[in-house]
Amino acid sequence: MTGLLAMFRRLEGPQTVGRGPAFWALFALVLAAALAYPLFSDGYTVGNTVYFFVWVFIALSLCLIWGYGGSLSFGQTAFFGIAGYGYGVLTINFGSAYGFTLLALVIAVAIAALFAVLLGYFMFFGRIAGVFLGIVTLAVTLMLERFMAQTAGPEWRIGAARLNGFNGMSAMPPLTIPWPGEPIVLFADIGLYYLVLGLLVLVYLALRILMNSSFGNVIVAIRENPERAEMLGYDIRKYQLITFVIGAALAGLSGVLYTVWGQYITPSSMGMTAAALPLIWVAVGGRSDLTSTVIGTLVVLAAFQALTIYGSQYALVFMGVLLVLTVLIAPNGLVLGAMNWLGRIAARFTQRAG
Amino acid sequence: MSLLELRKLNKHFGGLHVTNSVDLTLQAGEIHCLIGPNGAGKSTLFRLILGEHHPGSGDILFAGEDITALKSFARIHRGLSVKFQVPGVFRGLSVRQNLEIALQSRHRGTELEAEIGRLLHFLGLESEHTQIAGNLSHGQKQWLEIGMAVSLKPRLLLLDEPTAGMSPEETHLTGEMVQRLNADGMTVLAIEHDMAFVRQVAHRVTVLHLGQVFAQGSIDEIVADERVAAIYLGQAHA
Ligand SMILES: Nc1ncnc2c1ncn2[C@@H]1O[C@H](COP(=O)(O)OP(=O)(O)OP(=O)(O)O)[C@@H](O)[C@H]1O
Ligand SMILES: [Mg+2]
Repeated sequence: MTGLLAMFRRLEGPQTVGRGPAFWALFALVLAAALAYPLFSDGYTVGNTVYFFVWVFIALSLCLIWGYGGSLSFGQTAFFGIAGYGYGVLTINFGSAYGFTLLALVIAVAIAALFAVLLGYFMFFGRIAGVFLGIVTLAVTLMLERFMAQTAGPEWRIGAARLNGFNGMSAMPPLTIPWPGEPIVLFADIGLYYLVLGLLVLVYLALRILMNSSFGNVIVAIRENPERAEMLGYDIRKYQLITFVIGAALAGLSGVLYTVWGQYITPSSMGMTAAALPLIWVAVGGRSDLTSTVIGTLVVLAAFQALTIYGSQYALVFMGVLLVLTVLIAPNGLVLGAMNWLGRIAARFTQRAG
Repeated sequence: MSLLELRKLNKHFGGLHVTNSVDLTLQAGEIHCLIGPNGAGKSTLFRLILGEHHPGSGDILFAGEDITALKSFARIHRGLSVKFQVPGVFRGLSVRQNLEIALQSRHRGTELEAEIGRLLHFLGLESEHTQIAGNLSHGQKQWLEIGMAVSLKPRLLLLDEPTAGMSPEETHLTGEMVQRLNADGMTVLAIEHDMAFVRQVAHRVTVLHLGQVFAQGSIDEIVADERVAAIYLGQAHA
């Protein structure tokens, strides 16, 4: 009981922006609006919103590893792809009966996490850090993309699942919840929306608790000064590895949800552009804060999509401009900068009132 | 009883022989000062003791155990702690968080809060506790890092130039603090250029020059040693 209470207290803390009744009232309001929103919208728009939500998990994974942990990883899309393909292979082979798709989701995420254990062990216990970590993770991502792109031939199959090279895999079953009578199929509209929203809230709150715990303290300490952290008696490699694996699982979750959303996954989901975009969302939002990352990602994605109507090349240029602006105006992120500014104004206001 | 024993420690950086067959024994309970001209290899010796660098040859014994092959964090668990030459605080975090990170593996909950409060008081940083550590003055950063190092309750505390950038009064206060810790049983090895500080605290002094132990003795013996004066003068002229 007290343990649970202590856990909830960690929802607020020095590592996360937003505290007090005002913040949580706003959080409840936004959540209520998100819950009610499908009732006032059409299936296509709701499905599109799910698409936005799906990317938030990979953004949060980067926020964790890069923003809090200080290790710039280009490899998040690799975990995204591994889990996406993993889900495809599993469900195409074993179908969707008996709630197997839900199990496949978990297994696919676990495969991505396991891969991160191997890669992370090699990197962190080999003391690869900084720029070299970025290079290694990018190399792994691009290698996976190249590998998957050349699997067009019929010999590239796992059981019944053809990998299909550059065209990618498709027609895997959507998530299906077993139900007496008729199983509930979560197509990419209202059904999937509530599942993804639920996962998003759960992950967001869990990460808040994690980052404000003593574990989170060590993670930011390693970002600030790894030598000092080690000289306080922390085996920093272990902490870095655990963070990396949690991040990989989140990126994998993104990959599975993306795959069930569109019922396809292609090698380009692990390509250069795919690897760079999450970095931009997170940098623009505010990499060292969970809330800023979520808001930043959703806003930038929506803007990107709106601009794509005029041609995707403009949208990409816009992203570049946005990144440069961020670096120049608010290096810690535009959303985070704005939130801190609002916080200062609110503080001054309450001071004057009090 | 000897707490730390360095046996014929050698370390090369490329062609540079930074520590040259260094033998050094620290008795439990002593305050030992390590002095020597710039570049003598003092900080490198610390990094060897801490396991950040590995010696080309030689052994490091701590409380009778050979720790030469141990990882840094494991040496900390054995009872070593350090304050670096360049203040190694967590610059982007608050003073309170800095201390919390140092203390959290040994204390939890209200006990942790009490310990943080005690340490803030001890360091005279109470009014600074929400301040971002990077914004502290150089002296305050030194204090904060000393506080973090001390909070581990080590058996051997390594201090690399603890009073650099401090006023004579602050230096004296730091000396008193070191003596208080020593009275409670902590062994201290301090690298220091400030002779007033060395005179205030040191039971024994070792002079390191060009990576070798050049002289050893009480502060009066060292100050009276003309060869020691010569290496410092030599450097002043160089
Ligand atoms: N990582 C390194 N790589 C190469 N050379 C190094 C390294 N660290 C130190 N050195 C060199 O080793 C020598 C000793 O350095 P060290 O920092 O141990 O000296 P010091 O006695 O602490 O000097 P100071 O009083 O200036 O702090 C210097 O010449 C320095 O340039
Ligand atoms: Mg030095």
